[in-house]
Amino acid sequence: MDLGNIESLAYSAPELLLGVAVVVVLMLDLFLKRKDVLGVITLFVIVFATLAAKLQGAGDQGWLFNRMLALDSFAVFFKVILGLAAFGTVWMSLSSKELENEHPGEYYVLVLACTLGMFYMASATNMLMAYLALEFVSQTSYILAGFLRGNRRSSEAALKYLIYGGVASGAMVYGMSLLFGLTGTLDYQMLGDQLTAAGGNGPIVFIATTLILAGFGYKIAMVPFHMWAPDVYEGAPLPITAFLAVGSKAAGMAMLLRFFYPGLSEFNGDGTWTAIEGVDWPSLVVLASMITMTMGNLAALRQDNIKRLLAYSSIAHAGYMLMGFVVLTDDGLKAILFYTVVYYLMNLGAFLVLLMVLNNSGREDLEGFRGLAWRGGALPAAAMAIFMFSLAGLPPFAGFIGKFYLFAAVVDKEMWLLAIVGGLNSVIALYYYARIVKAMYLENPVDGDPIMVADLPNSILVGVMVAGTVVFGVYWTPVINFAEQSIQFWGR
Amino acid sequence: MFESVGLHHYLVVGLILFCFGLFCVLTRRNAIGVLMGVELILNAANINFIAFSRYSAGSYDGHVFSIFVIMLAAAEAAIGLAIVLSIYRRAKSIDVNELQGLHW
Repeated sequence: MDLGNIESLAYSAPELLLGVAVVVVLMLDLFLKRKDVLGVITLFVIVFATLAAKLQGAGDQGWLFNRMLALDSFAVFFKVILGLAAFGTVWMSLSSKELENEHPGEYYVLVLACTLGMFYMASATNMLMAYLALEFVSQTSYILAGFLRGNRRSSEAALKYLIYGGVASGAMVYGMSLLFGLTGTLDYQMLGDQLTAAGGNGPIVFIATTLILAGFGYKIAMVPFHMWAPDVYEGAPLPITAFLAVGSKAAGMAMLLRFFYPGLSEFNGDGTWTAIEGVDWPSLVVLASMITMTMGNLAALRQDNIKRLLAYSSIAHAGYMLMGFVVLTDDGLKAILFYTVVYYLMNLGAFLVLLMVLNNSGREDLEGFRGLAWRGGALPAAAMAIFMFSLAGLPPFAGFIGKFYLFAAVVDKEMWLLAIVGGLNSVIALYYYARIVKAMYLENPVDGDPIMVADLPNSILVGVMVAGTVVFGVYWTPVINFAEQSIQFWGR
Repeated sequence: MFESVGLHHYLVVGLILFCFGLFCVLTRRNAIGVLMGVELILNAANINFIAFSRYSAGSYDGHVFSIFVIMLAAAEAAIGLAIVLSIYRRAKSIDVNELQGLHW
């Protein structure tokens, strides 16, 4: 199926829903006195958009808008995850005290617009579309990161994000211009075919690929394009930090996979892929993956601000996910998709507990968690402990299964060095995750630490995340099946 | 003896512009200066796109791409300047080295 502009609209229900909602919410902001209604409307729109995206999975597949977008099970998978990430963000925003006195109308419009951009990132199959979607997400995220106007840290985070983002996407566009020059096309698949047919030109294709990797790597916080992550995560409002950590990373991952798998490699038919001749990007990414996880974990060891700690942890997790990226097999792809689901559950859960602590005590550092279990926060503390152990990759939680699949894919390809570095990193990571658990359980509250009062809406969502993390740790078949069905790229 | 201007000339100009942009981003201390460096990088890509579109690709894809890049660069500059302004209101300075509220 290869549709033109008008016919494609029939297959763009989630995007249309979000696009209309952007305008409607912005208009309603002018008329409604009660601003919290806007958040609830946004929440419903995102639920419907996610459902609409899920339903697309059962329907036709093909190219939309003259091969600008692909509608395939891979795109559907990421749209569902991104929709869920946006849902969590809006849910958190509704009760966030940081955002209480900011402009809710503009805020929810930007969250909706950012989600729309992410949906396009998941399905773009053309370099122009990919660049537009990436910039759409980036520019809305810059504003969202700096949304606390009275807060200097927030503006500073926005500026740092903008500068790193501008350079990374500039480098990416330059790389794209080189590939365009070599092949005369912007379409991923034609690009791959042209490069395979032409052969040679290795060095220049390699340089272009590296430059493009800078743009994608910046979105998923891959070393050396990770420098923005700790500052932005710390300065941005907490719901936005969670959105960047879960949504932005998943969207970046989707884009990276789509560009490098159907674009710059050949499918062999037996579940393995081969990188196009003369361009050894897998070795480059192996190196980046090892450095990313090591650097993320080592820097996380001495962080006392939990947002910052989770930022470094998210860098490390980008490194783990890249392990599945470099093996060039369907097993690796499946492992990445599975890990994306698991990472969503445990990371969003950790941010939710942090939000509850922040709303309660106004603190987001390790001391805010001191003796949490002994001052009324037994359930949030237990939930946080589960998320931390799952992030560290301990059984019987979902994080363990996710890591297991990633390592299995790496060991299957006999990439021992990568497996060993990954293993060592999991051990290092345990230390800083355990520090939070220790603060909550083994330290006593000091006079002046407030009694923890958990609010109902956040507690419900934390409960759902805990249930997911625990259940998928022992019975993960539905998720792995969903991931397995979702690694079909349209056209290959 | 004077070769007519061809694809290579444009590519060299693009490359030089890209390097200038990168140098500008890395060395400028003024936030506006850094944003200007980003613009240079984007325009380097634009020159490449237009040159390739004219000389080798035989399609208008490159032209279209560069129009979108120009548009997004303008949007990015608008957002960037708004953020710089909000920092200036609070800190009375736009020196990026003084942005030390967040650090390692």
